Amino acid sequence: MSSRWRRVIADNRLGAVGGVLVVALVLAALLGPAVYPPDPTEQHLTERLQPPSAAHPLGTDELGRDVLARLLAGARISLGVAVLVTTVRVLLGTLVGLVAGYAGGWVDEALMRFVDVVLAFPGIVLALIVAGVLGPSLLNVTLALAVVGWSSYARLVRGNVLAVKERGFVSAARLAGLSPFGIARRHVLPNVMGSVVVLATLDVGGVILATAGLSFLGLGAQPPTPEWGTMLASGRNYLRQAWWLVNVPGVAIVLVVLGFNLLGDAARDALDPREESTLERL
Amino acid sequence: MSCHFVLRRVATALIVLLGVSVATYGMVFLTPGDPAETILSQRMGGDTPSEAAVEEFRQQHGFDDPFVVQYADWMGDVVRGDLGTSYYSGRPVSALLWSRLPNTIALAAASLVVALAISLPAGVMSAANPGGLTDYGSRIGALVGVSMPNFWLGYLLIIVFSLQLGMFPVAGAGGLEYLVLPAFTLGSGMAAVITRLVRSSMLDVLDAEYVRTARSKGLRERIVVYKHALRNALIPVVTIVGLQFSYVLNGAVIVEAVFHRPGLGTLLVDAVFARDYPVVQGVTLVVGVVFVASNLLVDVAYRYLDPRIDLGRERP
Repeated sequence: MSSRWRRVIADNRLGAVGGVLVVALVLAALLGPAVYPPDPTEQHLTERLQPPSAAHPLGTDELGRDVLARLLAGARISLGVAVLVTTVRVLLGTLVGLVAGYAGGWVDEALMRFVDVVLAFPGIVLALIVAGVLGPSLLNVTLALAVVGWSSYARLVRGNVLAVKERGFVSAARLAGLSPFGIARRHVLPNVMGSVVVLATLDVGGVILATAGLSFLGLGAQPPTPEWGTMLASGRNYLRQAWWLVNVPGVAIVLVVLGFNLLGDAARDALDPREESTLERL
Repeated sequence: MSCHFVLRRVATALIVLLGVSVATYGMVFLTPGDPAETILSQRMGGDTPSEAAVEEFRQQHGFDDPFVVQYADWMGDVVRGDLGTSYYSGRPVSALLWSRLPNTIALAAASLVVALAISLPAGVMSAANPGGLTDYGSRIGALVGVSMPNFWLGYLLIIVFSLQLGMFPVAGAGGLEYLVLPAFTLGSGMAAVITRLVRSSMLDVLDAEYVRTARSKGLRERIVVYKHALRNALIPVVTIVGLQFSYVLNGAVIVEAVFHRPGLGTLLVDAVFARDYPVVQGVTLVVGVVFVASNLLVDVAYRYLDPRIDLGRERP
């Protein structure tokens, strides 16, 4: 851990809370099934809709499956999808932003109009349509969210490239005969990475919300996969008999998303103290 | 505000709209398999349609023409206000849109009212005493608000207010009583964002010359805050509330599903599952057009209300 990150956490108590929540998610995803072995998909029809007890700390669902085991398995899915989607978004957006900012002219114009078209649709609506057209599955939701969300990175990176491009050290590197790729890698990217990391941290929370939302609508993970949104969707038929079925995944989603938002806020404060709280971005 | 800026902005919007329409129409071609066969087989309840039937359907709906021809045909109809007919109900898509639109507009408007009722007082009080208890509380409230999945919040409200207290109906659409819980679900998330905006905008204004003058005249703090500062602080807020449109549409898709409200969101979700492409295209196009138009209006309004804004600035 670099000293900068240590300072961020020390300076910012809310950020530390966020860090704890995110670490808890990672631990649950990595170690959960090892520490708590019950099978998340095994049905016990005689033990349907049992309230939380010693045998089932978070109760059982409508098919007698253990809710805690499903929650832990779901953590793995949420974290996996979120990391995958965010990575693709960052790579794609950074590439498009670098090319647009660096090439300029008609290339820049064409790429940025394309970004405008992507941004012309509300994110979830567009992901819903793409995932729906491809067919309901967790993989297609992952694909749809990755394809839909890279444009804000492209804008950010392009803006930074334009700002850095004319600075002395880049001109010097160019005169020294460094290739555009070399300049981008050695001089432009390091200047942009900080803002990209902040945006990505905040984005992870949004991706988790969107994945759960699309699964809730029935487009993502299909039963019996223990995805949080899917769990919430099947729990809605038992609001009266089994309050824990919607509330357990609901609380998990809030805590995890809050964790990433707090962490992202703290990171932004540390990188650029002049910026206001990041909520305006939404 | 220069005329040149408005023209340039309108031209960009038109180019984007062209892209939106190509994307909307082209989407269908992303689908795996033959759309004609998929649609027919779903109509027949999962049976495989005969080859002749598929061929007839393809010819009838122009699936055999090249993409550009199909797109041009479709666009020609769209411009005349004909969005095609639903593969399922056989009703015109435009009629379906018109029948669902009022419910979604009512939801959006009511959510905005809820959002402003929460965020204006919270934002002003936070700014009046930055770093204070209210400020801290509203910051945490806003963070929880944006982190809250609205499908869960919806069920929480249903459990408490419909099932336990019996105050509001669980689902459906109709009178005002059907609107309260969905509007609160959607509006509270918006409130989180707008509160922070009101706060930072108020902080900027409270620092301005004319507010300091008002203070030094000996006016009471309450009058300074509400009469001199708030009015000016609301300028950026009003325009950026326009940009919340995207949030409303994203949220409407989910909130309408939670409360089983017949609106644009449920229309879209049902059509996506049924692979009812004309309806999907119709909703997509309407959403894209309204979204581009509202962004354009916000951009122009922003510069009209505050001429100091740099014309070359990119939208954040």
